Amino acid sequence: MIGPMLPARTGIGFKPEHFDGILADPGPIGFVEVHAENYMGDGGRPHAQLAALHERFALSVHGVGLSIGAEAPLDRAHLSRLRRLCDRYRPESFSEHLAWSSHGGAFLNDLLPVPYTPATLARVADHIAEVQDTLGRRMLLENPSTYVLFAESTIAEVDFLAEIVHRTGCGLLLDVNNVFVSATNHGTSAGDYLASFPIEHVGEIHLAGHDATVDDVGAPLLIDAHDSPVADPVWGLFERAIARNGPLPTLIEWDNNVPTWPVLRSEAAAADAVLTRHAAARAA
Amino acid sequence: MVFDQARFTAALFDPEREVPAGITSHTHPAPEKRFAVYRNNVIVGLVDALATRFPAVQRIVGEEFFRAMAGVFVRAHPPRSPLMMDYGEELPDFIDGFAPAAEVPYLADVARLEAARTRAFHAADTVPLPPVAFSSLPAADLEGLRLRFCPSVAIVRSPHPIVTIWAMNADDAEPVPIEDWRGEDALVSRDGFEVAVRRLPPGGAVFLSCLLAGETLADAARTAIDETGAFDLAENLAGLIAAGLAIEIGGGEPV
Amino acid sequence: MTRRSMTLALAGSLASALALATAGPAAAQGAEKEKCYGVALKGQNDCAAGPGTTCSGTSTVDYQGNAWKLVPKGTCTSIKTPKGTGSLTPIAS
Repeated sequence: MIGPMLPARTGIGFKPEHFDGILADPGPIGFVEVHAENYMGDGGRPHAQLAALHERFALSVHGVGLSIGAEAPLDRAHLSRLRRLCDRYRPESFSEHLAWSSHGGAFLNDLLPVPYTPATLARVADHIAEVQDTLGRRMLLENPSTYVLFAESTIAEVDFLAEIVHRTGCGLLLDVNNVFVSATNHGTSAGDYLASFPIEHVGEIHLAGHDATVDDVGAPLLIDAHDSPVADPVWGLFERAIARNGPLPTLIEWDNNVPTWPVLRSEAAAADAVLTRHAAARAA
Repeated sequence: MVFDQARFTAALFDPEREVPAGITSHTHPAPEKRFAVYRNNVIVGLVDALATRFPAVQRIVGEEFFRAMAGVFVRAHPPRSPLMMDYGEELPDFIDGFAPAAEVPYLADVARLEAARTRAFHAADTVPLPPVAFSSLPAADLEGLRLRFCPSVAIVRSPHPIVTIWAMNADDAEPVPIEDWRGEDALVSRDGFEVAVRRLPPGGAVFLSCLLAGETLADAARTAIDETGAFDLAENLAGLIAAGLAIEIGGGEPV
Repeated sequence: MTRRSMTLALAGSLASALALATAGPAAAQGAEKEKCYGVALKGQNDCAAGPGTTCSGTSTVDYQGNAWKLVPKGTCTSIKTPKGTGSLTPIAS
C-alpha cells in the first residue's frame, strides 16, 4: 500500500500566478502541491494547468477540507470527489491534516484542533482507514499548528501520531513550521518534539513562514500564516530532521502575501541546498 | 470537561461567548486571545473569500462597508461545502435584504454577475459549434430546432446598467456618472479559459433563456418578439453563433 | 405569424446571422460589433476564479460583530443613478 512516492527533492505550493514562471524556469523544483478542493470544479483553466504541471513534475494533492478530526462521520460526497481527483491525476502523494474543519454541515475554512485522548485517537484512526480504503492508497497525515490546549488531553501529540500510524499504516507529513509554532505556543521544546517524531514514517516535509504576536499574558504566540520566508529556527529544525533521516520531499508553502516566482524559487533553492548537502554527505 | 465541537463552533461565530470550557493553555486557563486566533482565521478567511469572488461589489461600497457586510453574511450563511469556489452563492439575495445597502439598488445584481463569472470559470470544458454547423441546416428544421449550450452560459437580467457598472469596477478604471440610466442584461460565458461578459440586445435575454430551457427556436423567437418589438432575430442569432454559446444541435426533443 | 412565415423568417434571419457572425474581425471592429452581443468584456481572470481554500491562519484581527453605522462609500459615490449618486445622505440615527 506504499504506492508511488514524491521525489526527495524540493517542491512548492502551486499558485496560478506562478504557472508561466514555473514552466519557464523551474529551478530545483521536483514536485508541486495543490489543495485538492481548488481542483474540484468541472473544468477550465485550473484543470488545464494541473495537467500541464503534472506532465513535468511529480504531484502532491493536499486536502484541506476532509475534516478527519470531526466528531461526525466523514463527508462521503467529499470523499468521492477526492477519489475522482486522485483517479484522474494519479498524484504521487495525498495528504490531509490532523484537524477538523466542518461541523453541523457548515465548513469553517480553518484547521481546528482536536484533544489527544483515546476516544479521538480511535475516531481519527477510523476516519483515516476509511480514506485509505476509499482512495485505495496510503495517505500522509500532517501535524497541526495549535494555539490552545485541551484540559482533557492525555496523549502527547507525537505519541498520538505514532499510534495513528501504527493502527492505520498511514504515513506522516512533518510540517516543521507547525512544530516550531506549536512548541512556542505551548512553551515546550521543538527540538524534543522533533527528536521523538517517528521520522521513518515521514513522506513529506512542509516549511513555511509564520507571524508573531502575544497571548493573554504577553507570552509569545505564533500564527501559522504562510505569508513570509521560512524563519531561521525552522530552517535549523529542518536541517536536524534531514540530518537524522536523509533527504525527504520538502515543500515551501507560501499562501498569503504571495511573492513573485523568483522569490519563491529561491526559497525552494535554499531547501534544496540542505537536501543536496545531506545527500552528498551520505553518499560520501 | 469533554470536548464538544458544537460548542467550539458556536463560540467561533459569536465573539460575545466565552472561551469554551475545556480549552486551556500553559499561560492562562481561559485563553481569550488564543481562542481569538481561531475566530479570526474563520471569519477573516471567509470574508477574504467573498472579497475574492466579489471584487466589484467591494469596490462599489468600499472595503470597510464590504467587510462589515460580509461579516454579517458569513455568520448567517457559513459555507455548506469545502469547495470554497462555490462560496457566496447566497450573497446577492442577502444584499437584496440588507438594509444598509438599500441605497445602492444595483449592488445585488452586480453580485449576481460576479457570482456567474466564477461559475463560468470552473464550468466543464466544451467545444463550441462552429458557424458552419448552422449553415447546413435545412430551412424546414429550423422551427423545431433546439440547442444545447456550453455549461458556462448564464444570463443576469437587471433594471440597472449592471454591465456598465461592473465594467467600471472590474479593474482600475475610474467610475463615471452614467447619464443614460437603463437596464442591462448580461451574458456570461467562457471563451476558452477566459470568462467573457457581454451586454445582450433587446429581447436577447428572454430569447436565450428560452433556448437554454430547451425550447425550440420558433418558440424562443415568439416569446422574445412578444416581450419587445425591438427584438432582432438575425442579430441575436449572430451573437449566439459568434460568441460560441451552443455546443450541440438537438432535434425535436427537449435537451 | 403562420407556420410557413415563421420558417421563412427563421431561415432568412439565420442567413443574415451567419453573414454577420462570420464577417470576420474587420467588420466586427466597426459599426457591426454592436449588431451581435457587443464587446466581450473580460475583467480580471484571477477574480473570476473566486476563492480558494487555505490551510494557513491569519494575524489580521477582525472577528467582532459590527455596529451598523456604516454607509457605502466606494465608487458608488460617483455613480449617478436616477435618484442621485448611489450613496445617499445617511439617515440621521
